[in-house]
Amino acid sequence: MSTHSASAAGPELGQLTRFAVSPARRRKDRFARGTILAGTVIALIPLVLIVYYLLRKGLGAWSTSFFTTDPTGNTFFGGSNIGGIKSAILGTIEIVALASAIAVPVGIGVAVWLVEYGKNSWFAQAVRFFVDVLTGVPSIVFGLFVYIVLVVGTGSTYAGYKGSIALSLLMLPVVIRSAEVILLLVPGALRESALALGAPRWRVIFNIVLPTALPGMITGVLLAVARAAGETAPLLFTAAATLKTNFNLGGFMNSLPVQIYKDVTSPTTAVVNRAWGAALTLVVMILLLNLIARLIARRSRLA
Amino acid sequence: MTPDGRTQELIDMDPESSSELERQRQDPSGGDTPGTHRITGTATVPPPATIGTDPQAKPALSVKLEQLRAFYGNSEQVKGIDLEFRANEVTAIIGPSGCGKSTMVRCINRMHEEIPGARAEGRVLLEDFDVYDPSVDVVAVRRAVGMVFQKPNPFPTMSIFDNVAAGLRLSAKRGGDMRAKVEAALRSAGLWDEVADRLDSPGAGLSGGQQQRLCIARSLAVDPEVILMDEPCSALDPIATLKIEELIDQLKQRVTIVIVTHNMQQAARVADRTAFMLGGELVEIGPTQEIFTKPNDSRTEEYVTGKFG
Repeated sequence: MSTHSASAAGPELGQLTRFAVSPARRRKDRFARGTILAGTVIALIPLVLIVYYLLRKGLGAWSTSFFTTDPTGNTFFGGSNIGGIKSAILGTIEIVALASAIAVPVGIGVAVWLVEYGKNSWFAQAVRFFVDVLTGVPSIVFGLFVYIVLVVGTGSTYAGYKGSIALSLLMLPVVIRSAEVILLLVPGALRESALALGAPRWRVIFNIVLPTALPGMITGVLLAVARAAGETAPLLFTAAATLKTNFNLGGFMNSLPVQIYKDVTSPTTAVVNRAWGAALTLVVMILLLNLIARLIARRSRLA
Repeated sequence: MTPDGRTQELIDMDPESSSELERQRQDPSGGDTPGTHRITGTATVPPPATIGTDPQAKPALSVKLEQLRAFYGNSEQVKGIDLEFRANEVTAIIGPSGCGKSTMVRCINRMHEEIPGARAEGRVLLEDFDVYDPSVDVVAVRRAVGMVFQKPNPFPTMSIFDNVAAGLRLSAKRGGDMRAKVEAALRSAGLWDEVADRLDSPGAGLSGGQQQRLCIARSLAVDPEVILMDEPCSALDPIATLKIEELIDQLKQRVTIVIVTHNMQQAARVADRTAFMLGGELVEIGPTQEIFTKPNDSRTEEYVTGKFG
């Protein structure tokens, strides 16, 4: 009976100590919880600081003319009018819009092929492998590639559309992988019942699979767009930087990341502050895109 | 045995030539088909006004399997089956899990080959038209042979109306009065009265039994000659099951029905003939009553009396 109790105090006390949490385990538990909490706090510190400085410094730069005027280029005299970031905002929107127009149809096309036709064939596996490799390529490599092929290679100069091509290469693997994951979530039973109705495969894809996967694919596309919108490196030597608002994608085109890059190295305080304002603008634009993506994802029937 | 020209209708339908067959099917007392006796009283006589009076309706087709073998990779799941499903009859397939019932049925409309690595050998004849002939358009076969799956699966992005119209739209059989066709299909599936006032609401919002009848309406809308049902009631409650069973009994006026079921009472209630499968082979087929009361094979007897399976 009392074989379970460690002490000689009797069976009652023996039962109690048997089920009590030992002080050593309590200490270990506290230590583990504390470590995890500390890690979380440490991870949050830079995030909070970034948002804090962005808001403190960026909001100071914001004004109506900040959004409605182009940068003037007068950056050496403290009192002069340095202008706003209109050309950068519009340039980013244009460049990213063209990049999406290239990357989204191609990317979804590749994903549809992988899921509906390629499946586990060796070629599909090879495509998946190279898409994964592409995901890991640093963004500046895409910029260099387009610079060598389209800027140096053609003997011409920078242009907005060349920046779009560099960004679309960056977006492509993200679009392909996210669309593939969503297409795989579409139940096979839906494809089967449509095929069993006597529908040709292309109609099953267009009328059943893609509409079912649409909300999820929009989320993936918007995340790729958000990532591309924040990239500096692919644009630096493809679209260049300029002052004037330019609606012609064939010419030099300003963009928010490049504007920030140029401004932040300026010796003039007002220009550095403009970089903060532009950074806050970019973050807000990307935040809005993410919010839209989340709203659409919530309506998704699959996720 | 089968009048010539009926198979030709798979490609080109002549409404005149089917009128005699129509009349034969309309007359329930003209039972020249042996083994079509009903087992229980649950089946209701179809209201003649709604079923089988469509002059456009094609006659049901018989299905004959000849040495059908089906494989997944190298594993043979259906091992050479010879079997005939007679026109305008309900044939039930019973047998323990994994005996190849579903695989065999999926070979009839060539859905088996949709699974990667799956293939079939042998012949499947719709009347005398081999669906595995190299010249055959798979899509045309699937329009002639409808299928209802185990789990109700209405298209989630579509309304009730669009779900039924989907078959017509997807198979490019547009034209004609789409609304009338949808209504006719929903009426045939016994669902019209329940959904007539909410055709635009999502099909996925219906109850499980209604969803399954919606799926039946969807496959009826393309006017098939054969309907395959793969455990259509296994996800449904008894009342919904009863409705589907009554529906099956009405639909056989119009189509040939093959139903895979785990539920032996269900086979007894709906089927004219029942086939028992075991280990990828057909053990026996016969009038349902005989299979359940005096089967020829001792394995059938053991299965239907619950000794294994």
